Amino acid sequence: MNDKTDMERQATAAPAIELKGISKAFGPVQANKDISIRVMPGTIHGIIGENGAGKSTLMSILYGFYKADKGEIFISGEKTDIPDSQAAIAAGIGMVFQHFKLVENFTVLENIILGAEDGRLLKPSLAKARKSLLKLADDYGLKVDPDALIQDIGVGMQQRVEILKALYRQADILILDEPTGVLTPAEADQLFRILGRLRSEGKTIILITHKLREIMDITDTVSVMRRGEMTATVKTTETSPAELAELMVGRKVLLRVDKAPAQPRDVVLDIHGLRVVDEKGVERLRGIDLQVRAGEILGVAGVAGNGQSELLEVLGGYQTGTGSVQVKGQALDLTGKQSDGQSRRNHGIAHVPEDRQREGLIMDYHAWENTAFGYHKDPSYRSGILMNNAAIKADTVEKMERFDVRPPNPKLAAKNFSGGNQQKIVLAREIERNPDLLLIGQPTRGVDIGAIEFIHQQIVALRDQGKAILLVSVELEEILALSDRVAVMFDGQIMGVRDAADTDEKELGLMMAGITDADAKIGG
Amino acid sequence: MPKWAEVVLVPLISLILAAILSALVILGIGEDPVAAVKLMVTGALGSTYGWGYTLYYATNFMFTGLCVAIAFHARLFNIGGEGQAMLGGLGVALACLYIPWPHWSLALIGATTMAALFGAAWAAIPAFLQAKRGSHIVITTIMFNFIAAAVLNYILVNMLRPKGSMDPATARFPDATNLPTLHDLLAPIGINFSKAAPANISLLVAIAACFFLWVLIWRTRLGYEIRAYGHSESAAKYAGISPVKITMITMIISGGLAGMMAINNVMGESERLVLNATEGAGFIGIAVALMGRSHPLGVFLAAILFGFLYQGGAELALWTSIPRELIVVIQALVILFTGALDNMVRMPLEKIFLSIRNARAPKPERKPVEPAE
Repeated sequence: MNDKTDMERQATAAPAIELKGISKAFGPVQANKDISIRVMPGTIHGIIGENGAGKSTLMSILYGFYKADKGEIFISGEKTDIPDSQAAIAAGIGMVFQHFKLVENFTVLENIILGAEDGRLLKPSLAKARKSLLKLADDYGLKVDPDALIQDIGVGMQQRVEILKALYRQADILILDEPTGVLTPAEADQLFRILGRLRSEGKTIILITHKLREIMDITDTVSVMRRGEMTATVKTTETSPAELAELMVGRKVLLRVDKAPAQPRDVVLDIHGLRVVDEKGVERLRGIDLQVRAGEILGVAGVAGNGQSELLEVLGGYQTGTGSVQVKGQALDLTGKQSDGQSRRNHGIAHVPEDRQREGLIMDYHAWENTAFGYHKDPSYRSGILMNNAAIKADTVEKMERFDVRPPNPKLAAKNFSGGNQQKIVLAREIERNPDLLLIGQPTRGVDIGAIEFIHQQIVALRDQGKAILLVSVELEEILALSDRVAVMFDGQIMGVRDAADTDEKELGLMMAGITDADAKIGG
Repeated sequence: MPKWAEVVLVPLISLILAAILSALVILGIGEDPVAAVKLMVTGALGSTYGWGYTLYYATNFMFTGLCVAIAFHARLFNIGGEGQAMLGGLGVALACLYIPWPHWSLALIGATTMAALFGAAWAAIPAFLQAKRGSHIVITTIMFNFIAAAVLNYILVNMLRPKGSMDPATARFPDATNLPTLHDLLAPIGINFSKAAPANISLLVAIAACFFLWVLIWRTRLGYEIRAYGHSESAAKYAGISPVKITMITMIISGGLAGMMAINNVMGESERLVLNATEGAGFIGIAVALMGRSHPLGVFLAAILFGFLYQGGAELALWTSIPRELIVVIQALVILFTGALDNMVRMPLEKIFLSIRNARAPKPERKPVEPAE
């Protein structure tokens, strides 16, 4: 082919990355179909798409984790084979993963040279790394303490170390996979400033995200992926969030949640002085007081790891705690024999856990087996001493239909459903129990936009039936869109409770960072 | 990959590979592999005598295979089948020696119960240590094998050995406890089965155990909870399934099954308790469960295969100059290929099925993508 001559004609500067006709299939699933993009040097290129659209597969091909079935990769105009991540690093590509790949009990410096040591002795490498680290810090404004242990520094700092790791390996192209998922709004802003600085220094950045706002804020160009195909590549200045959302989903999407004002009634969940100490002896909840009324959604905001998970776990019955928790006036057992998931369900508490793959579902179980999960002792699922599998299957078929689970096949293993459909299976199971109190953690994490809309509607509908809902999410936008009141958690404590109507991201963001504003209005 | 390939093709190819390698080893020591295979087949399956031994060994392996299989479903690796079977033997011996049974059928029920109780009790201790103290069950069950051997040795020598006997074994069990062999069972329907072969009614108990375990695993709430716990402990906790309870119950069932093996080898065959009555059947159970994919039907088939290997191997050692140790090598190869090297066969096979399907599927249409630059 005459690709090369074509390209030479086209531009004086070769694109930093050019992918041509990349295809990759996993079994019958075509994860990437004939994908072509070009990213010019010194730009930030966003890749946006629903979960399972093939973004991560595409980047994994670029980073050498997978081999494409078809297609070519050009780095700075040269055709490059990337059989493994070593080759990707050699080609100047650096990747910052969503889940950091850092050794917790190593220092920043040790992590940076890990895998890039020169020679058998550590000392010269460390000295060399220290020097170039200082230079990188100067060049890009990436200040870190080289001798701090990873476990002692914050998430934002850890991410900075990941970026430095890539830069230390002389990466000119940085790929960031969902970089803001674990950051507070302020930390995210800081990250974007760093990315801007890197761009002005001539680095090329690919940003994978599902957050439309980030795309609009920082990228120069954006590619939209849907079902393994690249549906469009546009200049960011020439598009709008609504258009991008439509390109992602393939139809018009409601970006806001339609809901009537809440009509809160009696207190359903009443928490006083709740404390949780984990196995390591660390106090995760340090005296929580919260109330949730029937007919309202209380959103719990906060950066991941500030005690929200423990709050859900102790209410869900699989974490012990002290203090008092009452549901409809009945005290829950927080330590003894009655402190398990079964007795919580008997109290009318349903729980959509934060991590559906680790907790909410057995990934190897069929959809129908998962529909009974946690409720497998229900009399309607029993026939004598045996389980009534036929009844469970019939129930699953009904629930799948009502919650629009696709494909509606009860015999498919949970792991073979997309994230959104897995979540719908869990949601159908918990909501259809008609609980008095619904605990729901990260309802739309890893869920595609189309399903987000549906899930939000279901949560609001349950509220309107007069149920109490405790919503935990690290997505501030989601908290603000769904909640009637918002509680912010920081370091195991409630920083404050606000009426959703009277607050904004800025105020909540400060509270999430642990800053209390004495002048802030008291909601509730 | 279609299910039939998963269930049939993978173990079959593994077996063939193991057979080829074994043939090379036999060639290497200057023997004829074809003649060796013929000898094994005729020795193990060529006569009712051969079948009688094959099925006798298979019965042992069914019990120990089920023991490992049920524990696997809860992601517990019970290596203690050997020790649990030894203790089961003690239970059988006590039941047969000290209770005057009027009929073998009642004796069988009593001895089975005692065997299961003793095996279960022996498994319950490591289970408790795992559930409550976090001591790893692989380590504790393996150590309990040694303790069981020592305990049995002590009891046989110092307590159960008849006065004046030099042999560390119990007295013969009373005649009323002697189980009917396959010869006795098949004679009324006109099949003349070898009188000398040790296969006995325990085989039917083992088959029944396979069926009951299948019901337990896939049809009951307990089985549902065991499998859920095995797949994901965190999800089990969320659902209110107690890890302590599941660990204890699963190991008690597992140990009970291993113990029940004693009705075959102790009550059915030797009709007294001797030292080392289990002869490693507890360990073979691990291979049987692996090969049978922890499914009771798979365990049943794998147990028969290993029974064949045992009996055929014994014939080989008897009639050729192929040493007994080489038989162990062949059995080890089968275990290696079917258990440990499973993915070696599975992965290329998956690729083959994938390319077949891709070749059959119509080519996807190529849609040109227009960059909107």
